[in-house]
Amino acid sequence: MEPLIHIENLHKSFGDLNVLNGFSLDLFGEENLVIVGRSGSGKSVLLKCIVRLLIPDSGVLEVLGEPVPELNQYEMDQLRTEVGFLFQGSALYDSMTVRENLEFPLRRHPEKMKGHDVETLIVNTLKSVGLAHTLEMMPEELSGGMQRRIALARTLILRPRVILYDEPTSGLDPITAKEIIELMLQIQKEYHTASLIITHDMDCARVISNRMIILIDGTNYAQGTYAELSKSTDPRVQAFFK
Amino acid sequence: MDTTYFRGSAVKRYFRETGEVWLFARRFFREAVRRPFEWKELLNQCFIVGNQSLFLVAMTGLIMGLVLTLQTRPTMEDFGAEAYMPAMVGVSIIREIGPVIIALICAGKIGSSIGAELGSMKVTEQIAAMEVSGTNPFKYLVVTRILATTLMVPLLVIFGDTIALFGSFLVEHAKGEVSFRLFFNKVFHQLSFGDLIPATAKTFFFGFAIGLIGCYKGYTSKKGTAGVGRAANTAVVVASMLLFVLDFIAVLVADIFFDL
Ligand SMILES: Nc1ncnc2c1ncn2[C@@H]1O[C@H](COP(=O)(O)OP(=O)(O)OP(=O)(O)O)[C@@H](O)[C@H]1O
Ligand SMILES: [Mg+2]
Repeated sequence: MEPLIHIENLHKSFGDLNVLNGFSLDLFGEENLVIVGRSGSGKSVLLKCIVRLLIPDSGVLEVLGEPVPELNQYEMDQLRTEVGFLFQGSALYDSMTVRENLEFPLRRHPEKMKGHDVETLIVNTLKSVGLAHTLEMMPEELSGGMQRRIALARTLILRPRVILYDEPTSGLDPITAKEIIELMLQIQKEYHTASLIITHDMDCARVISNRMIILIDGTNYAQGTYAELSKSTDPRVQAFFK
Repeated sequence: MDTTYFRGSAVKRYFRETGEVWLFARRFFREAVRRPFEWKELLNQCFIVGNQSLFLVAMTGLIMGLVLTLQTRPTMEDFGAEAYMPAMVGVSIIREIGPVIIALICAGKIGSSIGAELGSMKVTEQIAAMEVSGTNPFKYLVVTRILATTLMVPLLVIFGDTIALFGSFLVEHAKGEVSFRLFFNKVFHQLSFGDLIPATAKTFFFGFAIGLIGCYKGYTSKKGTAGVGRAANTAVVVASMLLFVLDFIAVLVADIFFDL
């Protein structure tokens, strides 16, 4: 089976700081791949390379079969509509209402509406994240957990095939975090997306992952299912499960 | 202490940043002509820019007119030339003081708010979020704002000039019992196209500079809340300096073409 995301031997450094040092991964259809790593290990950098917010120094990086670093701007923008990105801090447009937040990408990609009208799409997507009543609210009126849901709705509205989650549960209390995890599972069933999830929340990893990669020193230090890795005797892997 | 390193790096930074602003401006022109246009957001920004500074510009204009007239009148009286007051005040407000002072006010008000707004959008990754949804944040955020300031600053200057002349009239009316008709007749009698055209033309450049620097500073601001503050602050400082440079160039050019 063709992987949706194929990364091989990816390198990225900032000056003298080698963040990614030959990282590789394959993400297949409808799977949840979780990457864990310590703070500052380059998890966000990896995701940003995938959507070309950062350009890797070397290595293979293909998304839906397209070589990301070589695409022109138009091709890249088309590809980006297929790849949702949930930011670590939600990144809602704070001068716009919830409706306008969702409308923003949709209006600029009318081909994504597939014959539906904007209103129906917005309302339906908001219903999927359980927040239909927030339509006319401003982001600052929403709690952190609600903001995360709206941000998820905003990525979902373009019906992406892959969703990249950057620490979806960070900054949320355990109960809200659990709700977000359940929502992610439900979204996957409903929209048949594949997910690449970055986290250091091991509860989240346990519930959601089909497969895990442990990112240490910029490489995939270890990989396997949650059960396999939790039995590892390597102290650096064990450290994550304590 | 060896200061050559610091001087070297400051000079280098200056040139690098000048180069970056230049590239930023070039990108603006390229993206401004590319479809689709963000009309709705452009109108919205024009409204914000105008609405934000209307009161401030009116106040500044009024005080500028009052003060200028109050201060020059005694000297003119000494020479028995108070009849020339409207002409003199009119020329100095419309040709130089009005555009520069009002543009400076706009740099303070509009430049800083654009710098802060885009800066905070940058550090909270809202700009990145637009980018990864396959939309063009430069077009939506930057092109609309620069166009808005380029169009609105000239209007604000005309508005401010008018209020300033009115302020001047109030003083003249009180002290010299000049009628409204006579005052404005004298003002416009003295003004030629050689005054009006360069004075108006340069305000478009002022507006462009305010928008450009505000957007550049915000759009490229560094991480953290300190970055936002600095973006807003340097936007005002750099834009104000640039206004004086542009004004100087405008005066030189006008001197050549309109033979003052
Ligand atoms: N644009 C950049 N310029 C310079 N250095 C950067 C840049 N982005 C990230 N870094 C550096 O790369 C390293 C990895 O950063 P990254 O944000 O990927 O960490 P992370 O694994 O996501 O951590 P966290 O769990 O705290 O979010 C950090 O040391 C950071 O300072
Ligand atoms: Mg991160």
